[in-house]
Amino acid sequence: MLASLVGFLGDFDLAEEAVQEAFALAAQRWPRDGTPPNPGAWLTITARNRAIDRLRRDRALAAKTRLLEVPEAVEDEMEERTFPDERLELIFTCCHPALGLEAQVALTLRALGGLRTEEIARAFLVSEETMKRRLSRAKRKIRDAGIGFSVPADHRLPERLAAVLAVVYLIFNEGYGGRVDLAAEALRLGGALAELMPDEPEVHALHALMLLHDARREARFDGGELVLLADQDRSRWDSARMARGREALERAFALRGRGQYVIQAAIASLHMDEPRDWTQIAALYDELVRLTGSPVVELNRAIAVAETDGGEAGLALVERLELDGYQYFHSTRADLLRRLGRRDEANAEYERALELAHTGPERRFLQRRIAEVGAYPSPPQKVSPRERPIRGWDDTNRGGKR
Amino acid sequence: MRYLLQIYPDSATAEFGRLSADEQDAILDEFIAIRQIPGVIGGDRLHPVETATTVRVEGGQTLLADGPFVEAKEHLGGYYLVEADELDAALEIAARIPAARMGGVIEVRPVVER
Repeated sequence: MLASLVGFLGDFDLAEEAVQEAFALAAQRWPRDGTPPNPGAWLTITARNRAIDRLRRDRALAAKTRLLEVPEAVEDEMEERTFPDERLELIFTCCHPALGLEAQVALTLRALGGLRTEEIARAFLVSEETMKRRLSRAKRKIRDAGIGFSVPADHRLPERLAAVLAVVYLIFNEGYGGRVDLAAEALRLGGALAELMPDEPEVHALHALMLLHDARREARFDGGELVLLADQDRSRWDSARMARGREALERAFALRGRGQYVIQAAIASLHMDEPRDWTQIAALYDELVRLTGSPVVELNRAIAVAETDGGEAGLALVERLELDGYQYFHSTRADLLRRLGRRDEANAEYERALELAHTGPERRFLQRRIAEVGAYPSPPQKVSPRERPIRGWDDTNRGGKR
Repeated sequence: MRYLLQIYPDSATAEFGRLSADEQDAILDEFIAIRQIPGVIGGDRLHPVETATTVRVEGGQTLLADGPFVEAKEHLGGYYLVEADELDAALEIAARIPAARMGGVIEVRPVVER
């Protein structure tokens, strides 16, 4: 309902206030007069009328909007009218690149997720005041700079959709570290997008990616301690989510998707197979590197290459990267060095990673590794990677896939 | 709504200088073509900053100085004034300005309607 109002009014605050007033009015009137046959329509029409009244009182604003030309809706119409689902327009507006990324995320959670400002503030570890200001500033910009309320035209759609998907994935990743509520929001948004844009492969792929990651949520920690993918109790994986994730991935493939989310989701799916097809995984990472040119993706590829071509090959790729200061760069390097028996160097890299780690489970995991590395009596025999069990072997973007 | 597209050439000026005479002509033609786009209601190129004069009024006195407003990091090379229903239309015109792809930047700001 908020979505259609924002579209109608072009002003978030006005829309929100109007919605609140409509609900308040309903709370007063319905117990007295009975619930109307089409409550949704009643609320929407009431909200629109309240907003129009307010605008009429504020002539300066009214001059800017075209509302005064729109005749007030009549009671009879309320029964038949269906209001368009304008959630898509709303999400594209919230994720417009003219707004800063933090603002896009906050606005999306507020307007589409319906989260309260204070909840969003907590999730991103800022004060409520800061979040309030961030949201106000964004809404003002939408109004003053004339950010349109529409699904972008075809020629703009690919970039704009990419922006929307990036915001949703960012919200999911904020939740990935343990704040479950954000992950659930992102999944909901992903599902809604898949419904609203069923012909877009990347939309299904992002949904798939999030479902597959989320399916492993229960297995990722054991008594507060980090459990790597290779060590996870597969029975704790949510098979329903896994199935839905793979279904969504199939839809993306059927639509001939080959974008970055399709590839990431395909990799995530392969990681959940036993045994893992590392050759396929490495090949997909090759494609992803080509697509994104991202050093973090190259880091992940290096891990896969270590599985297919040996630790030396993987390490060589890692050392070419300029990711100093990125926690998982150091932990990945440490692991490869550890496998190659270069204990002292491994230790140094683990220490570096530990400096950068910011969650309890990650820190303890790294400390355990440091203890292991220090405890080796002599360097392990050089063995080909295929003979060596994969147990405890880290394999993705975090140097420790969970 | 109206938008002012402010063109800050930055390194585009040097880029432009490195082009052949024909290439430079092609760029200038592009600028002229943009002026013809429906919705573009104004636009001019400015003489370089050396031609500027700054004006301040302090204590009732008008203070003039030779040269640009020195504290400004970037100097304006020119502008377009665009009439559009929404921001995206103005942004698309801004993206077509040659300076934008040659190292410069375009700042798009809405005009306060009187």
